[in-house]
Amino acid sequence: MRFSGLGLLPCLMVTGAALADPSGPVSLPGNGLGPLAIGQPASQRILALWDIDVRADGQGLPAGHGSVRQGEALFGARCAACHGAQGEGASADRLVGGQGSLATGKPVRTVGSFWPHATTLFDYIRRAMPYDAPQSLSADETYALSAYILHLNGILPEEAELDAASLPKVRLPNRDGFTANIRPDVPAHASQAPLTGITAPR
Amino acid sequence: MSFDIMREPRRSSSRRGFLRLAGGAAGGIGIASAAQALDAGDPLAVPEWSRTPGAPSASPPYGRPSPYEVLGRKSRTPPTFPGAASTGTPLQHLHGIITPNGLHFERHHAGVPAIDPERHRLAIHGLVERPLVLTMDDLVRMPSVSRIHFLECSGNTPWLGAKPTWTLQDSHGLLSCAEWTGVELATLLDEVGVKPGAAWILAEGADAAGMTRSIPLDLARDGAILAYAQNGERLRPEQGYPLRLFVPGVEGNLSIKWLRRLKVGDQPFQTREETSKYTDLMPDGSARQFTFAMEAKSVITSPSGGEQLRSPGFREIRGLAWTGRGRIAGVEVSTDGGAHWQAAVLEGPILPRCLTRFRLPWRWEGGPAHLLSRATDETGYVQPPREALLSVRGTQSFYHNNAIAGWRVAAGGNVSHAV
Repeated sequence: MRFSGLGLLPCLMVTGAALADPSGPVSLPGNGLGPLAIGQPASQRILALWDIDVRADGQGLPAGHGSVRQGEALFGARCAACHGAQGEGASADRLVGGQGSLATGKPVRTVGSFWPHATTLFDYIRRAMPYDAPQSLSADETYALSAYILHLNGILPEEAELDAASLPKVRLPNRDGFTANIRPDVPAHASQAPLTGITAPR
Repeated sequence: MSFDIMREPRRSSSRRGFLRLAGGAAGGIGIASAAQALDAGDPLAVPEWSRTPGAPSASPPYGRPSPYEVLGRKSRTPPTFPGAASTGTPLQHLHGIITPNGLHFERHHAGVPAIDPERHRLAIHGLVERPLVLTMDDLVRMPSVSRIHFLECSGNTPWLGAKPTWTLQDSHGLLSCAEWTGVELATLLDEVGVKPGAAWILAEGADAAGMTRSIPLDLARDGAILAYAQNGERLRPEQGYPLRLFVPGVEGNLSIKWLRRLKVGDQPFQTREETSKYTDLMPDGSARQFTFAMEAKSVITSPSGGEQLRSPGFREIRGLAWTGRGRIAGVEVSTDGGAHWQAAVLEGPILPRCLTRFRLPWRWEGGPAHLLSRATDETGYVQPPREALLSVRGTQSFYHNNAIAGWRVAAGGNVSHAV
């Protein structure tokens, strides 16, 4: 949608006011003209192919299902070249093992040892893998690969199958391993703040 | 160290002059003998460029650096997947606080997409009253802001693996600073109407990684920009053309490039990039999540690693300081490894969440020196020594290394990374 010159003028006026403090984080004041009324309504039908994120509670998971055994064949064909035949890592990240290593001097961060949510595995494969052809896997294939990688980590048995109901219920070993940001985490020394000459802005 | 010498030198005399201006940091390989160089005491000649008119204007229409200027970005180590890699800014060769667009650092997870701006769309939906799809023209119509901010990758300055041969580009190159123009995210949020209970926003890229991060609503309203321009021109492809999110003061990964979708929700979306990556592993095996702020940090840009100081005498110690929490309040410099500190001069304007240039006159007497800088921000936070951070975080936290760092000057003038 191309803009008209008529719509541009009020925008320029608002911009000019905001530039009084070009560096500040302060939000723009209301433009006094009401809603901008720019853009087109977005229906769920329009968004269907883009709305692919999956949350930890399973919201966003599609219909479909896939088993560990189906995932094994797929993994060999689509994943093993970069992640290793058993997910041990090669040119791309290691996916398997490392449980119990996080508190050691050589932590191994994998889906099994470090990732907190099984849903993230589905979301990431769905949007970004395989690296050479992202978004080429079906929902069934994505469930199957998720199941196989969890099986390789000893989290799912060989006969397991995943779908939108079961995947969010898979509890990963490091589910509770994450904490909030607590920085600053070293003592600040404000009293040491130096007296500093500042050259004048030009 | 000649990583940024990308072609053979042309005229040795000017070549040598350039290298002197650049502090000799690129010296060594590929420099022709100074057959035409001026020696001290020679009469000044009238060179050929003073005897004939030069090139016409607009040649080329989009201007380029002098052919004698050969700076470039580079990876610290050759990447396994060239599209999933980072390249650093050659900060040791730059001046002032603005990074030229062609030298802004890069971090991609699945290559640089070639996006047609006419076909690009931004969708915003989820917990909003009026979900929208916007074209680039729509976004450019909206009220705009232009602000100068730094961007730093939280993986900048690795905790481990430092080498004496590291240049500033190797140690701190995932840092750049530019003027970003676009629509405040807050403006768009007001336009679509955020529903009660909304607390987080998922931002998603249109690249082949479908890059996603969750951003708290209060951070999204704290000056975040839907940016379509950088330093006066439309974004470069590798910086997110035609649209990126820019969230000032926090780890660069949040500033999703090639932005195509914003989804408002009531909880974080727990994407791979905020669980498996960009979390900070502590010695007890727990990991800090959503460690957004880039804390106060500084580094000396000259002299710096790879330089050869050619003769004792006056030098200006120059550097950059920055903080994700407001403005830089001061920078101190030590030339003796931290035994004594002097206040450096800050150059204004000192902007929030922006690089600040500092300078200190210095006379190198020809002996060994150990150059360090330490920034303080307006919250009173002082850039800590590495040991202080390691005592809390151990060596495996990977991200957010803002420790004091510096350079060793050997008795003969060779400058190396102080590991």
